[in-house]
Amino acid sequence: MTNAPILKLDHLGVTFPNNPVFSDLNLTIRQGEVWSIIGKNGVGKTTLMRTLLHQLRPTQGKVTYLPSVNDVRIGYVPQFRNIDADYPLTIRDFIGLNLTGWKLPWLSAKERAKVQRIIEQTGLTELANRPIGQASGGEKQKAYLAQALVEAPNLLILDESTASLDPVTKTELLDLVTELNQRLNLTVLFVTHDIPMAQKYTHQYLMMTPGKVEQGPISQLTDDKVWEGENV
Amino acid sequence: MFSYEFMRNAFAAGTIIAVICGIMGVFVIARNMSFLTHTLSEIGFSGAAFGVFAGWAPLNGMLLFTVVSSVIVGQLSARSERREAATSAISALFIGMGILFLSLANKNASYATSILFGSVIGISVSDVRQMLWLSLVVLVVVFVLYRFLKFDSFDHTGARVKGLWTNALSITFLVLVALSVSVAAQIVGSLLIFILLTLPAATAKYFAHTVGGMMVLAIALALIGVWSGLTLSYFTNYPVSFFIAAIEAIFYFVALGWQRLQTAE
Repeated sequence: MTNAPILKLDHLGVTFPNNPVFSDLNLTIRQGEVWSIIGKNGVGKTTLMRTLLHQLRPTQGKVTYLPSVNDVRIGYVPQFRNIDADYPLTIRDFIGLNLTGWKLPWLSAKERAKVQRIIEQTGLTELANRPIGQASGGEKQKAYLAQALVEAPNLLILDESTASLDPVTKTELLDLVTELNQRLNLTVLFVTHDIPMAQKYTHQYLMMTPGKVEQGPISQLTDDKVWEGENV
Repeated sequence: MFSYEFMRNAFAAGTIIAVICGIMGVFVIARNMSFLTHTLSEIGFSGAAFGVFAGWAPLNGMLLFTVVSSVIVGQLSARSERREAATSAISALFIGMGILFLSLANKNASYATSILFGSVIGISVSDVRQMLWLSLVVLVVVFVLYRFLKFDSFDHTGARVKGLWTNALSITFLVLVALSVSVAAQIVGSLLIFILLTLPAATAKYFAHTVGGMMVLAIALALIGVWSGLTLSYFTNYPVSFFIAAIEAIFYFVALGWQRLQTAE
């Protein structure tokens, strides 16, 4: 298992007009690591994720994907998606949406096999032909994860993906992510408010508080630090 | 009925329109753009009136106005929270301009009626040919962009995160809708064009199991509406757009009822 750096943030900062979100953020993430990104609402977790996804340009510092941006494929799993319950879009179709490109409208046999493989890996075989709008919250999250995985990412971002799930479904999803991390050496950033889950499933933490960012091994994330972070 | 050239032309034009509207309608419904489509059809009316005022063919005026305004509408309504208000303002402005151009062109009310509600009698072979070319442009662009359009229409969040050029896609799509509106307005009129661009696809989504299936069913429903409408109009002498609107609306209400029954079971 290699442990090469995959992502480096150098003095990264984002400032909206008259509103500094975060500044001077330095971080190196290595392949295969699982990080939890924690902090109160409004401290800039989503802004940080949008910067990593190139949806926002940093106002200070830079984001470097190593060895080059072309080698990093990012899979992103959000908490919600706005999909009409009546759309005739099966979970299988939904996963296949991520296979874009200047290609024929229909999926090739090779692409269909790829979708089928991901369906099996994520335990969606029984549900593959169900419309995604009619799936439960946990099934939807699994489908979002499967869609993100179909392009074989090496960096997976779970953006509060488990926030609306019951404890059993939450555990099931994170067990699946852990298994993928171990089998595929997948790097994972888990944005969450759920400290016990972060302590159970991640290796490192990045705690964002207004004006301060702290990081370290998850074993060093003590209750005192969490209390302090939540009350800044 | 087919011994008359105008009926043969109307059926040929109607078939082209049904295919285009069936395909585009699926994306219109997925992107929640029914109201925006309605606005583009009103802009089409204004463009046709401008064409008459400028001494052009109404279709050319329509194409100019709908294509240019689709880009503006796309920019103004990129943020969904202001889409409704921006669309209403643009709609009001263009209806007013349409009335002004008709008044300046000194055309009577029946001319305005034929622009607004369409006309079967006026379709010539060259009109059909022009529609065919425009429709081929729409079909080729949809074919080439299909995977991008499908991703962005059915899962906008996913498409944005993947880094697809969603704004450019949105504007391209609106230009395609503008072309479809201009093509279809020949028969059903600019005011009722949104019927064919929305109702067949809105009905099809309740019965289809895949996006491809939704497209095929939407085309079939649009074809049934247009062909039946033309036939009934020929035998009764009532406006074709009335029959098309009534048939498509009935299909939609039946679909809604069927869906309610399914969910009640």
